Amino acid sequence: MEEFINVGKRIPKMDAEEKVTGKAIYIHDLKIPGMIYGKILYSPHPHAKIVSIDTSRAEKLPGVKAVLTGYNIPPIKFGVYKDNVPLKAKKVCSLRDEIAAVAATDPDIAEEALNLIKVEYEILPAIFDPEEAMKEGALLIHEEHVGGKEKKPTNVLNFPWRLIAGDVEEARKNSAYVAEDRFKVTWVTHCCLGTSGCLALFDHKNNLTMYSITQIPSLAQRDFTEALAAMGLKNKKVRVIKTMIGGGFGSKLDTYAFEYIAILLAYKTKKPVKIIFTREEEFFATSPRQCAIIDIAQGCTKDGTLTFRDIRMILDNGAYTSWGATVPSVMMMPSSSLYKVPNIRFSAKCVYTNNTYSQAMRGYGTPQVTFAIDSQIDALAEKAGIDPLDFRLRNANMPGDVTPQNFKINTCGLRECIDAVAQKLDWRQVRGRKDGRGVGMASLIHVGGGARVYKSDGCGTIIKMDDFGTVNVFTGATDMGQGSETVIAQIVAEELGVRVEDVVVTHTDTDICPWDVGAHASRTTFVAGNSAKGAAKKVKDQLLEVAAKSLGENPENLDIRDRTVFSKKDPEKKSPLGKVLRAAHYAAGGSMVMAEYFYDPPNENLDRELKGNLSVTYTFGTHGVEVEVDKETGQVKILKYIAAHDVGRAINPMLLEGQVYGGATMGIGYALTEKLILKDGKVMNPNFLDYKMLTAKDVPNIETIVIETNDQFGPFGAKGVGEPGLVPTAPAIANAIYDAVGVRIKDLPITPEKVLAALKEKG
Amino acid sequence: MDKQTLNFTVNGEPVSVEIEPHLTLLQLLRDKLELTGTKEGCGMGECGACTVLLDGKTVNSCIFPAIEVDGKNVITIEGLTDEQGNLHPIQKAFIEYGAVQCGFCTPGMVLSAKALLDENSKPTEEEIRHGIAGNLCRCTGYIQILQAIKAASKQT
Repeated sequence: MEEFINVGKRIPKMDAEEKVTGKAIYIHDLKIPGMIYGKILYSPHPHAKIVSIDTSRAEKLPGVKAVLTGYNIPPIKFGVYKDNVPLKAKKVCSLRDEIAAVAATDPDIAEEALNLIKVEYEILPAIFDPEEAMKEGALLIHEEHVGGKEKKPTNVLNFPWRLIAGDVEEARKNSAYVAEDRFKVTWVTHCCLGTSGCLALFDHKNNLTMYSITQIPSLAQRDFTEALAAMGLKNKKVRVIKTMIGGGFGSKLDTYAFEYIAILLAYKTKKPVKIIFTREEEFFATSPRQCAIIDIAQGCTKDGTLTFRDIRMILDNGAYTSWGATVPSVMMMPSSSLYKVPNIRFSAKCVYTNNTYSQAMRGYGTPQVTFAIDSQIDALAEKAGIDPLDFRLRNANMPGDVTPQNFKINTCGLRECIDAVAQKLDWRQVRGRKDGRGVGMASLIHVGGGARVYKSDGCGTIIKMDDFGTVNVFTGATDMGQGSETVIAQIVAEELGVRVEDVVVTHTDTDICPWDVGAHASRTTFVAGNSAKGAAKKVKDQLLEVAAKSLGENPENLDIRDRTVFSKKDPEKKSPLGKVLRAAHYAAGGSMVMAEYFYDPPNENLDRELKGNLSVTYTFGTHGVEVEVDKETGQVKILKYIAAHDVGRAINPMLLEGQVYGGATMGIGYALTEKLILKDGKVMNPNFLDYKMLTAKDVPNIETIVIETNDQFGPFGAKGVGEPGLVPTAPAIANAIYDAVGVRIKDLPITPEKVLAALKEKG
Repeated sequence: MDKQTLNFTVNGEPVSVEIEPHLTLLQLLRDKLELTGTKEGCGMGECGACTVLLDGKTVNSCIFPAIEVDGKNVITIEGLTDEQGNLHPIQKAFIEYGAVQCGFCTPGMVLSAKALLDENSKPTEEEIRHGIAGNLCRCTGYIQILQAIKAASKQT
């Protein structure tokens, strides 16, 4: 095993001191001279025609600088399906539809102005049930939307979510045991502590600067450039500058109405315009995790070998389309490849309704579908009379497998994870008593080496060094608190032979930083890490070339350790790095020590059959839980929580644990307490009192087990881990509850009421 | 209503300001005094991101009337480092134990921890959990925050 100086070390996050002293500047703290404030008026009806909008009184309020509506803005279409506009003019399709926007000298005046805007509506009947909305003749949300082979008006979106491998019907006939269930997962939301916001300003030539908390700076830059073109501003520049980000979890993987509104207000008023969401807006006007109705069947042979997996899903797409409609493309991953299953059928329908619409959220569909798959695995194992632990081991993925979706499994520590969890839970001794205490486990597969969801999965890095040995790294990656800047610094320091404190990582400005596709799919350590490592290697080669001259040595015989270039043959022949750097350019005919590297992993887009090696390598894990269920109250208490993850290599074990603790806690909330309650399209609990996030009193002691399989493709062997922490949480808990009291809850969250009702029904 | 003058101390410094009476303490700190370390997470006293210390006790400044600080002593996150700029042991522990990810909850969390340790220098795990129960964090899952506070308690 190699000895590393910087990699594998529990190095504190580089911006922690800034944050812990209150010096970090978030979008909320940013002040620019002349700045004014934007506020948005939302629809009071889930479905209605807009008859008229009268903004005259609002415009007259002292302090108001502009009022915009759908009637007076240029046509900007945004969203995955381009079915959304920043301000609605013809009709509203949900209670979060934006009708008008005001910019004023202070937020209170802007708010007051909203109340002075008079809108006349013709209320339309609304539809909130996707199964109803799918039916022939159902009320249409977007009348002009057509679909299917006959191109008829329909609420069902035209997405090709269908995956077939092998012959599911035949496999089902030949299965000794079959389990068939319906599972339901509902909306939950990111709850970033820092609410959404942005600050837009134009310069005197109408170039735009957006201060933003986006996770996709390069793609946002593209979206805003398109918006400017729609505004008649062609060939104008867009600069996206990120402030410190107060949480992401996927919420910032798209561009939103409020951002276009800020841009439009800034253009109209010729002033910097800041929009910050209130917490209430954050709950009802941002996009939650995609909900789903999941019909699933799985089968196995007499000895417990999985034979088929058949999944049909209905996704409530809400009124407009964002990444929620694309989660089936990622849900296919566990559907086809969690455990070895030769015959697969997967289909998903996304349906317009008058509800809110969904977006990416940590896991991107995998927590939803894994809840169904791995809960049912336990049910199937029970039918077969096999211990669920043995059932999982029997069907576990192995290194070298090619799955039915054509994923090429490289490193795979799934068996080690399952074994570790079983051992920590004392599985064989504790399981099966049904005395109110029980154990359960569930596993995950996730992309670990990037994910080619767009045409590119790349990330660029530029490195330059100054005269004294400071390494400036400019990366396209985004740090939203997970620690990517620190991990990148560790990788560069290791590769270059310097100390982590010598490295300064800049990731905040599209004018300076190279291109990156975004902080999604747990790709940052792997892709940005490999990109940084590649650039660092080039810089190292340049340094060794320069040092070779002064040391009279062949560059192949030189190496760098702890800021010193030395000869491997004769370590006394050495030169401090600063001296080498100054010799490089501060001479006649000098050169700069500077390099760039764009890493685009050798993975594939999914083909027309939605098959292909989406990621260079995959990450696995297993969570195990021991619970105690109170039969009088239905309360579920977590006594033990074990999270085992195959991470390739832990570049920074402390930050890695942070991702697992944070992910698991979010997952426990998904399993037991969190629900964005919608009634007739209205969010009924848009606050922290009624939306139950876990507090410090609720989180159990989580034990992490890190399995290092040392992946050949990862930087120093690392794979991604940002999302896996909450993928198997809900089924592990559901399975433990079944072991404890013999009831299986198939719709999240598993509240005490549901447990009690199930116990009562059981009798 | 007429403006009111408040005289109080912030982080040991005497302050005199004239404010509209409806202002919250959070608005006073962030907008008037430009101490932006204290954050607004919900505006309803539910998340703890706005926690400051008033005469040593935690308050949710987003729902606390500014006029109530007259004659009192306020500590914000900016006041935790000493005159030489050295970090408070709690701040050091948060950094060392990975208790900071996005950092938005951190100022409020650190101040709640300080109030706890100032009152109870050797808290049990249960007492620590209770002490920060009013501070929500979405990133860390609280585990490393609990570890940091435990470690800091051994140093104060």
